[in-house]
Formats: sequence, C-alpha cells, structure tokens
Amino acid sequence: MGDQLMNWLIAVLQTTLFVVLAPLLAGWLKWCKCHLQNRKAPSLFQPYRDLLKLTNKQPVVAEQASWIFMIAPYIIFSATVLAATVVPLIAVNLPTSASADVIVMVGFFAFARFFLALAGLDIGTAFGGMGSSREMTISSLAEPAMLMAIFTLTMTASTTNLSFAIAHVLNEGLVLRPSFVFALAALVLVAIAETGRIPVDNPATHLELTMIHEAMILEYSGRHLALIEWASQLKLMLYGVLIANIFLPWGIAETFGVQALGYGLLAIMGKLALLAIFLAIAETLVAKMRLFRVQEYLSFAYLLGLLGMLSHIILEASR
Amino acid sequence: MILVLAYSAVLLSFFSGLLGLAMHQRQHLLAFSRYWFKRFPTGNERCQSMIADWLEEKRFPILLRRAVFFLLGLSGIFAVAAGLSVLIGKGLVTDQISLGLPWLPWHVRFDCLSGFFFLIIGIAVSAVSLYGPGYVNTYKESQHPFAVLGLFTGLFVAGMLLVLLADDAFFFMIAWELMSVASYFLVAFQHENPANRRAAFLYLLMAEVGALSIILGFGVLASFADGFTFDALRDAQLSKTWASIAFVLALLGFGMKAGIVPVHVWLPEAHPVAPSHISALMSGVMLKVALYGLIRFCFDLLGDVQWQWGVVLLILGTVSALGGILYAMMQPNLKCLLAYSSVENIGIIFMVLGLSMIFMANGHPQLAALGFLAALFHAFNHALFKNLLFLGAGIIHHQTHQLNIDLMGGLIKKMPKTSMLFLIGCMSISSLPLFNGFVSEWLAFQTALQVDVLDNGVLRSLIPVAAAALALTAALAAACFVKVFGMIFLGQSRSHHCDKAHEIQDKGMLAGSSLLAGLCFLFGIFPGLIISLINSVAGQLLGETLPNDAALGWLWLAPVSTNQASYAPPLVLIGALIAAGVSFWYLRRNPLTVMRRAETWDCGFGGLTPNMQYSCSAFTMPFRRIFNKVWIIDERIEKDLRGALNQDVAAIRYRLEVYDHSWPRLYQPIEDAVNTLAKVVGRIQTGNIRTYLGYSFATLILMLWVIS
Amino acid sequence: MNIEQLDFYTQAILSMAALVGLTSFLMLGQGRLLRLIFVFAMQGFLLTLTTALAAYSLNNHHLYISAVLTLVLKVVFIPWMLRRQVIQMNMHRDIEALKNNTAVMLGGASLMVFSYYVLHPIVQSSSVVMLNALAVSLSVMLLGMLLMISHRQAIAHVVGFMSIENGLFFAAIVATNGMPMVVELGVAFDVLVAAVLFGIFFLHIRTSIDSLDVDLLNKLHEVDK
Repeated sequence: MGDQLMNWLIAVLQTTLFVVLAPLLAGWLKWCKCHLQNRKAPSLFQPYRDLLKLTNKQPVVAEQASWIFMIAPYIIFSATVLAATVVPLIAVNLPTSASADVIVMVGFFAFARFFLALAGLDIGTAFGGMGSSREMTISSLAEPAMLMAIFTLTMTASTTNLSFAIAHVLNEGLVLRPSFVFALAALVLVAIAETGRIPVDNPATHLELTMIHEAMILEYSGRHLALIEWASQLKLMLYGVLIANIFLPWGIAETFGVQALGYGLLAIMGKLALLAIFLAIAETLVAKMRLFRVQEYLSFAYLLGLLGMLSHIILEASR
Repeated sequence: MILVLAYSAVLLSFFSGLLGLAMHQRQHLLAFSRYWFKRFPTGNERCQSMIADWLEEKRFPILLRRAVFFLLGLSGIFAVAAGLSVLIGKGLVTDQISLGLPWLPWHVRFDCLSGFFFLIIGIAVSAVSLYGPGYVNTYKESQHPFAVLGLFTGLFVAGMLLVLLADDAFFFMIAWELMSVASYFLVAFQHENPANRRAAFLYLLMAEVGALSIILGFGVLASFADGFTFDALRDAQLSKTWASIAFVLALLGFGMKAGIVPVHVWLPEAHPVAPSHISALMSGVMLKVALYGLIRFCFDLLGDVQWQWGVVLLILGTVSALGGILYAMMQPNLKCLLAYSSVENIGIIFMVLGLSMIFMANGHPQLAALGFLAALFHAFNHALFKNLLFLGAGIIHHQTHQLNIDLMGGLIKKMPKTSMLFLIGCMSISSLPLFNGFVSEWLAFQTALQVDVLDNGVLRSLIPVAAAALALTAALAAACFVKVFGMIFLGQSRSHHCDKAHEIQDKGMLAGSSLLAGLCFLFGIFPGLIISLINSVAGQLLGETLPNDAALGWLWLAPVSTNQASYAPPLVLIGALIAAGVSFWYLRRNPLTVMRRAETWDCGFGGLTPNMQYSCSAFTMPFRRIFNKVWIIDERIEKDLRGALNQDVAAIRYRLEVYDHSWPRLYQPIEDAVNTLAKVVGRIQTGNIRTYLGYSFATLILMLWVIS
Repeated sequence: MNIEQLDFYTQAILSMAALVGLTSFLMLGQGRLLRLIFVFAMQGFLLTLTTALAAYSLNNHHLYISAVLTLVLKVVFIPWMLRRQVIQMNMHRDIEALKNNTAVMLGGASLMVFSYYVLHPIVQSSSVVMLNALAVSLSVMLLGMLLMISHRQAIAHVVGFMSIENGLFFAAIVATNGMPMVVELGVAFDVLVAAVLFGIFFLHIRTSIDSLDVDLLNKLHEVDK
C-alpha cells in the first residue's frame, strides 16, 4: 500500500515537472534560435514571465463568444496535462502509464484539438474558421502517420503501454532496428506538424495567409491565452520526450531512488536540450511550406511509417 | 419467463401500431362507449365522465399519440429487460409458435446474440418514444395522418424484434420483409414531395434485391441441409466453395441493408426524408439488425469461417469507413451527412468483424472474441450516438424548419440544452476519450495490434494499413463533426429562421435525447458494464471469451493483458477534473481579473457580418483539394458582368455540387442494362391479341409434345 | 529468430537493406531530375557501404575492389554523366508532374509486400535470416521498373534501369557473400557501357524529337489513328 502511494506520488511529481518545465524548453528553443539567427536572445525564463503576466491580466472576451469559448482553454490545458501523465519523463513503471496507453494519449490530443477548433469557430470571424479548418485538415493527415509509427514500436514491444514499451527498448540494449529508424523519422515529421513548427506552421507570425494555430487563438487574451500557450508548450515538450525516451531511453530511472530519479531528470533535460538545438537549426534552415504542400510532407511521413512497419515485418520478424 | 418478456415486447409494439389506427375512429369509439355504458350501467359516474373526457375532440389526438408512444416505450423497456435477463443469465431458450403455414411452425430462439440486439433496440425505442409525441405534433393531420405513422412504426419495431427471434429461414424472411416494407411506408410518409417518393422507391428496390440475395444465401445453405430451421442449417456440411458462395450472397444481402460501399446509396436518400425519429430508428437500429443477420449467418450458421472472408470484410469495411466519412464531410444537409456517417460507422464495424474472422480462421479464438467484442460494442455505441444525433437534428429541424447546415449558426445561445446534448453526440462520434465511441475504437486498435501472432506476412502488413485507415477515419470524423457543431451552433446565425429560433419547450423531446446522451457518457466512463455483457455473447457464439477475463473490472479495461494495454476511464475522468479544477481555481482567484466583454476584433474595418464567417464548403475546402478524386466535384463561379466593355463585376455566384462516384460507375450501367433488356423483352409484347393467342397456342403444342 | 538475437553484422546489413528500400521509394516519388540523380547516387553509396561491410566482416578482400568499383561507377561517374546531360539539355528546371503519385507510392508499398510474399517459401526453407534482405532487393528491382513505368523522362528511365541493376547487385552481395571477381568486373563494365550507350541514345532522341519525353515518341507511330 505504501509502495503504491509512493508510486502515485512520484507520478504526480513527474506530471508537475512536465508542466513546470515546458515553458523552460520553449525558452531554450527560442534562445537557441535567436543565437543562430544573430539576434539578441531573451532570457531563458521569458516564457514564465509571459505566462505570469497573462494570468494577471484582465481577459477580454468577444461579445459573440459562448461558453464553449470560455471553457475551451481549461479543457485544452487539462487534456494536454492528462496526455503528459501518460508519457514517462524521468521514470518508467509508474501507475499513471497504466491508466491510459499511447492510443489514449493520441485521443487526448484529439480532445484538445476538437475544442480548440470549436473555439476558433465560436467567434464567427473568418480567421477563426480558417485556422480551425486548416488545423483539422493537417491533424487528420498526421494522425495515420503517427499511428503507423507507433504501431511499429508497439509491434516490436508488443504493448501499447508506453512505460512497458520504453522498458522493453531499454532492456533489449543496443539493437540496430531498421524499423525504428523509419518510425523515428516519421514521428519527428509528425511532431513538427502537430506542434505547429516550421515548415508546417510558423509560431512567430500573424500573417493571415499562413497561420494555423495563431488564427484560432486570435481572440484569446489574459488567462485564457496563458492556458492555451502553456498547453502548446506542453505539447511540444511531450513530443520531444516521446521521441527522446522511446528511441533513446537510456538514462531513465527504473527504480524510484532519489539518485536514479535525479539522473533521469538530468538525462531527459540533456536529451531535450539537444533535440531543441536540432529543431532550432532546422527551423533556421528551412522555409515555411505552402499550405497545400503539407499533404506531401505528411504523406511522406506516412510512407516512412509504412516502410518502418514493412521492414519490421519483412526484415525483423522471425517468420 | 425471458420469452414472455420478449414476446410482450413484440406484442406491445404491435399493439401500439394498432392503437395508432384508432386516430380516425373517434366517432366510433364515442358511440361504442355510449353503447357500453347503456348496456352495462356501472353507476360509476366518474369512470364514465373520464372516458367521455378522453374522447373529447381536442384532447383525443394528443392522448392517443401519447398512448401509442407509451405502448412503444413499454415495448422498448420490455425488450431491454428481456435482453438483459438473457445476457446476464447467459441463457438460451427455444420455442415454437404454430402460426403461419400449418406444417411449418415458426421456430423461436432467444440467445445472447439476440438478447444483445434486443438491448440495442430497446434502448433506442424507449428514447424515441419519449421523443416522439412532441415531434409528431407538427404534422398536420389532414396531410400526414398519424394513424399511418403510428401503425407502421409499430409494425417496423415488431418486425425488427421478430427478426432477432427467428430460428428458421422462413420466419426470418417474413420478419425481415415486415421490417423492410413497414420502413418503406415510413420513408414515404411525406409523399407529397416527388424526391421523397423517389427515395422511398429506391429504398424499397434495394431492400428487395437484398432480401432476394439473402433468400438465395439461405437456399444455398438449405440445399446441403434437411430443412429450413436454423438447427438444420447449422448442421449442413458445405464444401469451401459453396460456403463462400453462401457468404457472398449473405454479404450482399445484409450489406445492402447495412449500407456498405458501394451498395450504400439508399441511405443518404432515404434517411433525410423520413421523420427524424424514424431515421434515428433506421440508422441507429435497423442497420444493426442487418449486422445481426450477417453475424448470425456467418458465425453461427456457416460455422467455419475462412480467413478470406475476413479479408473481404476488412477491405469493404475500410472502403466504407473512409468513403462514408469523406462523403459525409461534403454534405450540406444535416440528415444526409448523418446518413453517410452511418456508412462510415458500419464500415468500422465490418472492419473489426473482418479482423475477428481472420483471427478465428487462423486459430486464435480469443483474439477473435476481442474483435467480435469491439465490433458489437461499436454497434451498440453507434446506436446510441447516432440516435442522439438524429433526434438532435429533428429538434433543430423542428425549431428552425431547415436542415441545411450552411444556413444555420449561433444556435448555442438560443438552444443551450439542445446544443449540449448535440455536443455530447458529436464528441462520442468523433471518438474522443471519456465517451463511448472512443472505447470501441480503442478496442478495435487493440485487436489490430495483435496482428503479430499471425503467420501470413501479407495479412500482417495489410492489417496495420487498415488500422491506419481507421485512424484517418477517426480524425476525419472529428473534423466533420467539428464542422457540424461549429456551423450549426457556433458563430453568428446565417439565416432569418435561425435568428428567431428558440429552445424546444417539449420536455419529452429533451428527455429522449438526454437519456441517450447520459448513456453515451456512462458507457464511456464504465465500459466494463457493457463489455461483460458482450463477453457472454462471444462466449456463447464463438465458444471463447476475452483473453483477460479477470481484468474486466469496473475501473480497468485490459482486454488482452495488463502488460499489453490498459485503459481506466474513471481514473482519467478524475485526473481531468483535478487538472481542470486546479487551473480553474488558480486562475480565477484574483477578483481583479474578471472577464470583460468587448466587440469582436474586425481588423478595424467595422461591421462583421455573418457572411464573413467560414461556411461549410469553405471549411472542407482543404479536404476537397487533398482528396479530390474521391468525389465528382462540380464547382462553378458565375460572374455578372456589366458596364463598359463588360469589365465591372456586379455579382458573383458560387456553386458547388458534390456527387457520389457510385452512381455513374455502378448504377448507371446497371440501369442501362436493365433498360436494354426490357426493350428486348418488349419486342415479344406486341400488344396484338392474336399474337398472344399464338403464344398460348404454341405453348400448348409444345406442352403436348413434351408430355407425349 | 528475432533481430535482437542476431549479430551486429546482420543487423547492420538489414538496416542497409531498409535504407536501400527507402532510396527506391524516394526515387519513385521524385519529380525533379537532379534530385532523382542525387538519390540514385545515395543508393549507390549505400551499396558501397554494404559491400565494404561485407568485405570487412567476411574478411573477403576482393569485395573491397568491387566496393571501390561501385563507388567510382555508381556514386561518381554515372550520376556525374547524367547530371551533365540534364544541365546541358537545360532540363534541371523542369519538374515532372507525376500523375497518381499516391497510387504509385501505395503500389510500391504493395510491391514490397508482394516480393516478400513471393520469396516467403524460400525464406522459410532456408535458415539464413539474411534471405529476408532478398525480399528487399527484389522489391528494389520491381520499384525500378515501376519508376520506369511512371516517369516520362528518358533520364528517369535510365535511373530506373540502373536501380534495377542495384537491386541485383545488393542481392548478390547479401545472398552469396559476393560473386566471383570476374563476374563483378563484367557486370561493372556492362553498366559502364550501358551508361555510355544511353548517352548516345539521348543525343539521337533529342535531335529527332527535340525532347527527352518518351511520350513524344508516340509521334513516330506509323499507323494513323
């Protein structure tokens, strides 16, 4: 019983870490990008300051808005937090991973997206509708690609429980799996599309012809905006952790000692910092795509996922 | 005992239909009651006055409508009770009714499979009977007599229940035809519109072709058996080829009723024209009866399933699921859209059923049970949320007098309760976590993920692709229902009617929808309740239950093993409440940051009009462009030019028509072929009486020659 | 036998097989000629790596020679020659609009499954897991043919043809641990001659129909339609 309680406490701690560290990752990403582009970088903690400022401001809500608009930020935030409980950050074998598996995690993202899109439509302006329409298009193309990549992983580990899957990869040691190479590539492409980074969406602009995520949240202000921003930072970190911990799980804590957890934290922070640097380099080098090129991009991700699955079947399976 | 419940459900629905007939018999009833009281004076004045009161001209129709729907609701409750008792008791009862032909009594059998579908029908019928009285109020008695509606509704429900009870091929077909024909009259109820008559005829035509195919399927089976009872058919020894032929015939027949691509065309025609509560029953329940027929035929009567059948079902299901949702997305008519979405959901069910067959034939009966369970659970869920959405569409139609999504908007403020119920329906059908649609899709994914146990490499690569198609379907469904909810309820109203709409007053209509919405949520949080019931169906029919029976608690769902996958919706709900609560409490603590209302940002130009919003076709434009080969798209922009050299544009009109590929590709050739054939046959029919006499003469001579 | 029980060499070969397969798919979906040639060179490079890997782990020295040959021919010379021709004929700015790209890609994926299905009996009867890689080489060949069918530019046809040869070469390395030296030299020489011949053909096609679009060759049809 005491063990159980301890496990749940660590799970809560891990989720809190997730929520707390997400703005830091966003700050680090911005910092790297600024330095790469020869600009003066804001402080690493700028996202925290922004969030704090927003929470203390009085929110202004459009007259047209209904309760969907008001409630959506809370739903989006909690759905993303719930998704974060599922993903092992510093330790595996936590009880929260068992309450929902990776498919449910995708479901949480869908939940958040559903309400974000509804909120975009709620105001009745052209921008909101545009953003919702594009977001739903891109996500519906990204979902099969993501599932293909996840299938490759889960067929190897024969579980959809993320914690067990990561433990499986960890116990197996270094194996050169062609399917994982493809799945990794597919997942990276999907993650970029889903978190709205260049080349699919540009989080830094408000150009009407190109924006997707920003178009939907144009009417939000104050604490509502803070929650949505926080949720999208959390989502970015979630995908980062997913990629880092599934494909390079080394360093994650398998026991719940203080030392192991500390190493786990350091390891994941190191991995995320590295991933963010790669992302910053990619965002600096690549230009944003035309909207209707995104389908080619995502079908390439799907193709990679498919090849990963095929190479699992053809090259790796025993039969 | 169980049979009594089942029979009374059938009889009650039958009686509700008969009672409907009394609508125009008020005078006769009045005369009869006078005669009765004169003949047997009871002295009970109150009773007499009460009956006279009931038969008063104004009150009588309202009371009668209520009574009819009360009986129907009672029949639904009995059906639920019968279904539950057989499912919990894991029982099996058989009986014979000496109706019909003297030497062919009707065989009745009530087992878990029938019981489960009884449950589906019962819930749907109960909800509809709560909803019905308020809805039919709008029909003018002179134009759309209630007697017709009531009679055929009762017969329709009775027919569906009888199909589930049937245990021989004759009885099955009689009940099947009762169901088909009764629903034809319901589709043709508003017959003053030629389009409705056309839709009804199309429906009848396809239903009859389907029935023919089912009869042929039974015929193939019966030719290897002695007799037409299902017991005899079960014992039939078929070669693989003949079994496959029977399977194909049954698939065509039941698939036509269930509406899989490409024989789905009657659904989007028939559902929009029927009254909403009837389309709810047809889409939510009748399609499930077709599914029942297919399951009964393949898993029970044919017995040894072959994996090739599973592949056929899987591919057909995938095509239907994707096609259904893509077509649904382009429909501006709400009920048409829901009908196409039924095609999608039936496709999903077929996919999972196909998986189940593949596992079954490859010697993994436990995984087959998992797939079977996912299919039945999705059927159950679809019955709930599709019913809910159709009832919601009915309320919207009732209040705004239109079904075109492009003309709605902003109803969330005018109809807050309806919008809440509709939102729950949309969330369930988009398979979002915490709602029931998600659980069945989750189970479907879990089934597909077990593919590694198969030996066949082609199957192992085909099934994940199908699963990815399922993911695409789910995502497209979410996009489609975001569009539906957003266009109908959010934004500013796009038409005059919507501007004046208000919340529905009738309590029953809201109660019926709330019942379904509550069940959607309940079974999303506690799916174990239903899954354990379906488990007994699988146990009885397949002889196997879930791989991991023990983990089926109220809290956890771990169908294969806890190491492989688990889902605990109650915990998820608690987590969501905690997260939302904490953020809500933290952010609302400061009284200085109370919300302020302000005008919507209009880029400084002023005057946002409803026309500036994204419309239905604008929302789906990216999909149209990406999947443009799926539809036949006719997109036109017409400009009125005027002024010097025709250079001023006075007005621009945009027209968009989206058509189904199956008409020109499949049905047009068939129609042409039939017409050509008819012309050939028509040559014999000269219309001259002497020619016909000649035919008779020739036939007579021929017969005489043959006999000698 | 699962992949985690195999030795590192086999794992590496299998990964190479997967990557070679990927390059085939990339070529299939590529509309720009220069990129197509680049991907083709990448495929050659992967083949070189595989050969070198095989040479190292099997301690088979003559495989090094064929690795060098592959490097020179398929990574440097043929791509260089094709590239020069593309630039000379000013085709590097054209993008070929590929019809039914999605269908072709899905067709490619099913070809991969098909080749696995065809080779399945052989794989089962043999205990060598390496034969799995044969399925990939067969599918590389089939994808090469599909490339030739789906593209219209003559240069793409040459690349498709060469990638068929790559598939054969890969199969030879993986399945037989390297063919005899004489055969390898012969094949390499053949490829070289083929490349030169193609160059001459290009010149002739171009002077006669002023383009390298093979669909335009239909004009030479003698019978009036």
